[in-house]
Amino acid sequence: MVRRIDTDHTRFREIVRGRIKKNLKKFVSSGEMIGKRGDRYVSIPIPQIQLPKFRFGKNPKGGVGQGEGEKGDAVDGQENGSGEAGDAEGRHVLEVEVGLDELAEILGEELELPRIEPKGRKILSSLGGRWKGIRNVGPQSLKHFKRTFRQALKRQISAGTYDPENPVIIPIPEDRKFKSRKEEMIPQANAVIIYMMDVSGSMGKEQKEIVRIEAFWLDTWLRSQYRNLEVEYIVHDAVAHLVDRETFFHLRESGGTKISSAFELCDRLIEQKYSPLEWNIYPFHFSDGDNWSSRDSEKCVRLLKERILPCVNQFGYGQVKSAYGSGQFKKDLDAALGDDERVVTSDIPDRDGILASIKDFLGKGR
Amino acid sequence: MGNLTPELARIHEEVRELARTYGLDTFDVIFELVDFDELNMIAAYGGFPKRYPHWRFGMEYEQLSKSYAYGLSKIYELVINNDPCIAYLMRSNGLTDQKLVMAHVYGHCDFFKNNAWFAHTNRKMMDAMANHGTRIRNYMDRYGVEVVEDFIDRVLSIDNLIDIHSPYIRRESKEEDGSEDLEIPRLRAKDYMDRYINPPEYLEAERKKMEEARAGNLRFPKEPARDVLRFLLDHAPLERWQQDVLAILREEAYYFAPQGMTKIMNEGWAVYWHSTMMCRHLVRADEVVDYCDHHSGTLGTRPGQINPYKLGVELFRDIEDRWNRGAFGLEWARLEDSEDRRRYDVGAGLGREKIFEVRKVYNDVTFVDEFITPEFAEDQKLYVYGFNQRTGRYEIVDRDYRKVKAQLLWSLTNFGQPRILVVDANHNNRGELYLWHDWNGVDLQFRMAESTLKNVQALWGRPVHLETREEGEPRLLTFDGKSFSFLEIGGSREPGETVGQAAEGEGGT
Repeated sequence: MVRRIDTDHTRFREIVRGRIKKNLKKFVSSGEMIGKRGDRYVSIPIPQIQLPKFRFGKNPKGGVGQGEGEKGDAVDGQENGSGEAGDAEGRHVLEVEVGLDELAEILGEELELPRIEPKGRKILSSLGGRWKGIRNVGPQSLKHFKRTFRQALKRQISAGTYDPENPVIIPIPEDRKFKSRKEEMIPQANAVIIYMMDVSGSMGKEQKEIVRIEAFWLDTWLRSQYRNLEVEYIVHDAVAHLVDRETFFHLRESGGTKISSAFELCDRLIEQKYSPLEWNIYPFHFSDGDNWSSRDSEKCVRLLKERILPCVNQFGYGQVKSAYGSGQFKKDLDAALGDDERVVTSDIPDRDGILASIKDFLGKGR
Repeated sequence: MGNLTPELARIHEEVRELARTYGLDTFDVIFELVDFDELNMIAAYGGFPKRYPHWRFGMEYEQLSKSYAYGLSKIYELVINNDPCIAYLMRSNGLTDQKLVMAHVYGHCDFFKNNAWFAHTNRKMMDAMANHGTRIRNYMDRYGVEVVEDFIDRVLSIDNLIDIHSPYIRRESKEEDGSEDLEIPRLRAKDYMDRYINPPEYLEAERKKMEEARAGNLRFPKEPARDVLRFLLDHAPLERWQQDVLAILREEAYYFAPQGMTKIMNEGWAVYWHSTMMCRHLVRADEVVDYCDHHSGTLGTRPGQINPYKLGVELFRDIEDRWNRGAFGLEWARLEDSEDRRRYDVGAGLGREKIFEVRKVYNDVTFVDEFITPEFAEDQKLYVYGFNQRTGRYEIVDRDYRKVKAQLLWSLTNFGQPRILVVDANHNNRGELYLWHDWNGVDLQFRMAESTLKNVQALWGRPVHLETREEGEPRLLTFDGKSFSFLEIGGSREPGETVGQAAEGEGGT
C-alpha cells in the first residue's frame, strides 16, 4: 500500500526538480539542517520550498540571547535568535553531533557528487587485502566449509534428496566454495587546495563569509577523497601574499586588484612545493570579478593556460556577487578557456547560491 | 486504543497517578508507540495522520527523516491538543526517556486543557482534520489535484493574516443598518425664537450635510479587518469548493495559533512537571545519568538564541519562588536594592497556587511582560544583541532588563510577524482591495511581499494594494493582475492612509 506521506513526498521532490508546478520553482531554496561538530555548528543543505508570506525583512534590531559576555562581545551562532515564534506542535527535538566524514557523505549524497578519480598514474596501494570474496575454484586449504555445505544443501533440496528427518548432507565437488582474497585499494594520492582570494576593498564581509562557507565544504569533500590534503591560502589585492587560514578569511585591504599577482604566486608555489607528479592540485580563486585592467586579465589567462592548467586537476573560479564587482573576469575566463574542461567557473550570487556552486566545482569528479 | 507494552503501561499508570496528586488536570491521555519512520510521518502532518494531502508535508517528512538518518536530531515526543489527548512515543527510546516524555506530555496536556488561549480550540481536532482530509481529497478528485493544490498554496501564503483575538470577541448579532432618523442638532434658542434661529431652510441644509457625511462613511469594511482570511471568505468571488477549502485552512490556522502564542509557557510548564515528577519520584538511581543528559540537552542554550524550554521553566520556577516568599506586591516592588528584593521573605507559601493560575490566564507576551524582573534577567544572563555596522558582527548591546523585555516582546507580538489589515474593499470605487501594513519600525521583505500580494490578487480577482513603509516613507505596492507598481505616496490624502491612522488608534500601538 502506498502511504500517504510517500505521495506527498514524491510531489515535493517533483516540484524541487522542476517537473511540476513550475510556478513554485522560484521559492525553492536550500534550507539547512544544523549539525554540531565539536563546538562548532555546521549547516547541512537540504532543499526546501518556502511559500511567500508577508514577513519582516532583515531585522536590524537584533534579538535576545542568554549567556556570558560583556557589552560589545561578539555573539556567535544564529543571528536571528528571537525570530518569530513558530506554531510547530509540541515537538521535542534533540541535536546530535556529526563527524566530518559523515558530513562529507551527506554532502556527496545531497549533491550527487561523483567520487574523484585521482589523476595521472593510478596511484593505488594494496592494503593487505581481506578475506571477503568467494570463488568456485581454489586450493583445498581455503575451502569455505559453511558455504560448501550450504550449496550442497541447496542442491539436495532442489533435487529432492534432502530428508529433514535424517539431515545428511554430502557435498560433491561442484558444491565446493573457496575463500578468496579481495585486495583493498586505497588511494595513495596527495592533494593540495590552493585558495586564492581578492581582498581588495570591494570584497565585503558577506562576500568573505560566502567564500568561507564554500571553502569549508570544498575542504570537507576533498578531504574525504584524499588521504592527505594540504591547504594553502593566498590573498591578493595588487600584490599577493601567502597567508594562514585565519588571515585569509579576515584580512581586508583597500588596494586595487591585480589577479595575475595571485596566479603568479600560485604558479611559484606549485613549482616549489607541489610537483604535479605527486600531487593532485586544486587551485580555487574567488573574487567579485573586478580586475585592474583587461591587460592583466589577458595575463591571467596566459598564466593559466601555460603554467597552471597543465599541472592541476581542476582550476575553479568562483565569482561572488558584490555591490561593486563588475563580474567581468568570469566573462573573460569563459571566453578564453570556456571549452577547457579543467576550468570551472561559477557564479555565487548569494548564500543560497553556495550549494549550486559547490556542485559546479565538484560535480565533474576531477 | 494505545499499544503500550505492559511495562510502559505500568509507568503510564504511575505518571497519571502522580499528575493527579499534583493537581494536573488533563484530558485522558493516550500514548501510541510508534517507530521512528511513523513518528516522522505523523510529525510531518503536524500530528494528524489523516490530514489533507499537500507537498509541504512531504517536505517536512524529508527533513525529519534526513536529520534522523544522519543522526542530527530526532523527535522524542509529539503531543496533540485533543480530547482525548494523543501522544506518540518512539519505540526505540530508552525507558528513562519514555518516563520523561510521559511526564512531559502530562504537562502539555494540562496546559492545553486549562490555558485560556486554548479555550476555543476544537478538542475533536483529530476527527475534524480527518474530515478536512476527506473533503479536500474529494475536491481533488473532482477538480484536479493541481488546481486544488494551487489554491491551497495561495491560501497558505496568507494564513498568518488572522486575528488571534477574534474567537474571544462577542460581536453584535445584528449590524445597525443606519436607517434610523437623524437628530439634527439645533442652535439653542428659546421656544418662541426657535423658528427664527433655526429656520426650516437651515435645518434642511444641515440634514443634507449629515447625510452626505454618512454616505462618505459607508466605507467597506466599516472597521479595518484583521482577519483577512475571514474577509476573503465572506467577500471574495470564490467558488463553493474554494470557500470550503479556505474555511478549512482558516480553521486549522486558528487551531494552531495558540500553540505559537504560548510556546515559552507551554514548554516551560511541561519541563517544570517532567523535572518535578522525574526528580522526586520516577528516576531510579541507575537512570540518573541518562535523565540528566537528556534534561540538560533540552535546556541547553546557544549564544544568540532563546531556548523556550529554558526561559519558560526558569520563569515558572522564579514565580513559584517569589510567591512562596511573598516577593510581590507594593511593599516588595518598592524595595530599591536588588539584594533586599532577593532576600525578601514573608513566608507567603503561595508559589504552587500562583503558577497554576499563571498557566491558566497568561500567554507568552503577558508572561514575559509581567514576570521578567531585573533579578531574573541578571540571574539568567539575558542580553540584547544587535548588529554592529562598524565591526560587521552581532554584538551584545545591553543587559538592562527593560531592553531585554522590550526586545522579547517585540519578537513575540503577533508571532513576530507584520500586522496587515483590510481597510478598503472598494478602493477608488473600483472594487480594488486595499491592505494596510501597520508599520512599526521594521520594513517588510519586499520581494516576498510582492509574491504574496500576487496570491491575494488571485483570490480577490481585482487589483490589490498594500500600503506600507520603506524606512519610514509611505509606499504603495500594487498588483493589478499583470504587473507590480511600487509608488511613493507622501502627503496625499489617500483613503487608505486616513483609515490607516484610525486603525492605528484602534490597535493601540
